[in-house]
Amino acid sequence: MPTLTIDGQEIEVEANTTVLQAAEELGIQIPRFCYHDRLSIAGNCRMCLVEMEGPPKPIASCAMPVGEGMVIHTNSKVAVKARKGAMEFLLINHPLDCPICDQGGECDLQDQAVAFGRGGSRFTEHKRAVKDKYLGPLVATAMTRCITCTRCVRFATEIAGVEELGATFRGEETEIGTYVEEALTSELSGNLVDVCPVGALTNQAYAFNARPWELRKTESIDVHDAVGCNIRVDCRGNEVLRVLPRLHEDVNEEWLGDRSRYAVDGLGLQRLDRPYVRVDGKLQPASWDQAFAAIKAVMDGTDGARLAAIAGDMADVESMLALKELFTALGSANLDCRQDGAKINGGKRGGYLFNSAIAGIEEADAILLVGTNPRWEATLVNARIRKRWLRDGLSVALIGPESELTYKYDYLGAGPNTLAEIADGSHGFAKVLADAERPMIVLGSGAVARDDGAAVLDLARRVAEQTGMIGADWNGFNILHRAASRVGGMDIGFLPHNDGRDVAGIVAGAGKGEIDLVWLLGADEIDMDGLGQAFVVYQGHHGDAGAHRADVILPGAAYTEKDATWVNMEGRVQQGRRAADPPGEAREDWTIIRALSAVLDQALPYDSLAQLRRHMVEVVPSLDAVDDVGPGEMGAFGVAGEVDAAPFESPVADYYLANAICRASAVMAECSRMYLHGADSTGGATGTDG
Amino acid sequence: MKRIPAPKDQQPDRFAFTAENVEKAQKIIAKYPPRRQASAVMPLLDMAQRQHQNWLPQAAMNMVAEMLEMPRIRVYEVATFYTMYNLAPVGQHFVQVCTTTPCWLRGSDDVVAACKNKLGIGLGETTADGKFTVIEVECLGACVNAPMVQINDDYYEDLTAESTEALLDALSKGEKPKVGSQSGRHASEPAGGPTTLRAFMGDG
Repeated sequence: MPTLTIDGQEIEVEANTTVLQAAEELGIQIPRFCYHDRLSIAGNCRMCLVEMEGPPKPIASCAMPVGEGMVIHTNSKVAVKARKGAMEFLLINHPLDCPICDQGGECDLQDQAVAFGRGGSRFTEHKRAVKDKYLGPLVATAMTRCITCTRCVRFATEIAGVEELGATFRGEETEIGTYVEEALTSELSGNLVDVCPVGALTNQAYAFNARPWELRKTESIDVHDAVGCNIRVDCRGNEVLRVLPRLHEDVNEEWLGDRSRYAVDGLGLQRLDRPYVRVDGKLQPASWDQAFAAIKAVMDGTDGARLAAIAGDMADVESMLALKELFTALGSANLDCRQDGAKINGGKRGGYLFNSAIAGIEEADAILLVGTNPRWEATLVNARIRKRWLRDGLSVALIGPESELTYKYDYLGAGPNTLAEIADGSHGFAKVLADAERPMIVLGSGAVARDDGAAVLDLARRVAEQTGMIGADWNGFNILHRAASRVGGMDIGFLPHNDGRDVAGIVAGAGKGEIDLVWLLGADEIDMDGLGQAFVVYQGHHGDAGAHRADVILPGAAYTEKDATWVNMEGRVQQGRRAADPPGEAREDWTIIRALSAVLDQALPYDSLAQLRRHMVEVVPSLDAVDDVGPGEMGAFGVAGEVDAAPFESPVADYYLANAICRASAVMAECSRMYLHGADSTGGATGTDG
Repeated sequence: MKRIPAPKDQQPDRFAFTAENVEKAQKIIAKYPPRRQASAVMPLLDMAQRQHQNWLPQAAMNMVAEMLEMPRIRVYEVATFYTMYNLAPVGQHFVQVCTTTPCWLRGSDDVVAACKNKLGIGLGETTADGKFTVIEVECLGACVNAPMVQINDDYYEDLTAESTEALLDALSKGEKPKVGSQSGRHASEPAGGPTTLRAFMGDG
């Protein structure tokens, strides 16, 4: 391990560390543009020049590996002068348009120009101008501002896995772009905006909306999928203007999927902002009291077995618990949080978690994907698999619908029969798994959300057991959930118990008149027509399928508008924070249920969120360990049985329109039209102006 | 000078190597180790350009990308970086006039002027009959025979305004002018004939 001296401080670091990284370990910040710690090293911006004793010229610290006995000065006259020179060159072709640039106020170039820039320019020639590029409806471009650091090119190539961006032409004419006018086909394209150190790539949907210092920033959790990405919600007044990723090494690193980032305009559209009651076949605005009275009229005297509740994909743990306890008190066992009909039951957590954890993917050496398209179902899990795949020594195989992933995989088959072959060892990939040190199976909802789901689950478990996936220090049995509410719901047992009905049973029962009241807690993705004559209460935030069918609408809060708990697919308990107020008369969801419980004379024993959380932890102790994750305990799960030979089907028809918030979002509608329905991609209507 | 790719309406929809070129391409690819076939991108692009009237349409780049199993953008990067790939149609005779310092000192301005006068076009332009394109290039490495032009694959050296015009005349008539020095000297031997040090010794 070489020892070097930086600014008079000695430090010993691993070989192959760069000077810049070593300085960072000492807390010394070296300015940079092209260097990004998650991307390969380019060394082309020259902003990180430092003085090294010995060589006559300053060195680029981002690309210089440390050596024994190096003496580095990061702030000497030579270093500062070199940086000032680099800055002057960068500013030669950079326009002085900060006042109209969206990056203004959070721009690396702007900040560093303050530190190293000259007061005025010595450049009297013409500045170059570059035609703007079209990168799709999400990323706006102003390519004249580009300093060709190539961070975006490296991001697209390395992290997103879509080699579509490049640096074309040469010298002064170098341009960053796709060369042909085509939108980037990535679900991670929004991150280009984050990696761009200048205002060349900006957020199309947020264009000319606000300055960073006007925004109120709230750290929260994303619920568009079950990854539980850490986010920062930026609001001005009560309006969510944008969502940015927040660093969490074990979950999303510093990336965020496009759906999570760009669906926020949907938070202001199609909102349910007051209660409604259906009168004479039409939904009429009502007061909370009238809405509760209408529900009470149906619920009072109704046998608990004739009541049912379904929790949607974005429901939080607190409201699910409150709803479960209310329904249990009313004698109903018809509860389900598995809207898609997944045949995964509660019980020991190991049976329904992503046990290896997302960061664990980096240790895996063989991955079997079953009935899943991780790119759409959990974009950042997919990014993690790609990260692992880029290092050698990982074999990935897929059973299920073929999809374009960002890594190469062996396609084994379409349906459960292939999985059965692996389970009985007759398939070649069984040996790959058995020989692997850290094998992993990832079971998607396409595999378990079907009639024979329990048998498929059993097969998967047999594969896991026979190939040694489940051991003392490694558990490669992973369920890939799509719904942010799912694991939390399973943890608190929002499941049919004592012969209660599951989702399919509830819908069928309602259709046959055996269920009188169905409570939909943000559940929009079920067969609404099948509910027959049942009285439907929709508690949620968007006027989507559930609200259209409802007899009473109780306006709830979206994920940015409540302090609430979600558990991600790994079993990681995370708390979202309220960034904005729910619109109009809408309320945080658990308070609605608590208020109704009093009307029904079944008052729930908590009056504040703190009391509810204390109660929640008593009921389910695992919910106490915020941000903690470990492999779940394995118990019995799955039911041995005949599997249907029918191929697995993809559960996600449209990445961009997967939930009520997305379906209300104009930006998501545009993306769906363009990426999935082949609308003209070469410009014209882009972003929200379409 | 910035090279502007041909607009869409000039781009052919499809491009395919001739059978002969396919065979050649396979030989070139075989020179590189497995999974390193992308190294063959430059010779293949060159071959495509030669097959396609001396310019490289986007369809050809796409085909090369597919052939070498590399992303299209990586091929575009190569094709746009190297100036010897023509991204838009050029004349049958692609005249590249060297105007770098040695050629300039030896009269490349006259050569440029002769091209302009004779052909009635400016630098970077193509004659209406599609026979000639003239561009200005940096050093082509024939400074000892400056000034010079490169027309397609051939060097024409030791030019004057007159010999340039004669050269262009000959080409437009479909003749094949002599390649190399136009002043009559052999290769880059001294212009006034061979000399030796003996001449300075006085003893013959």
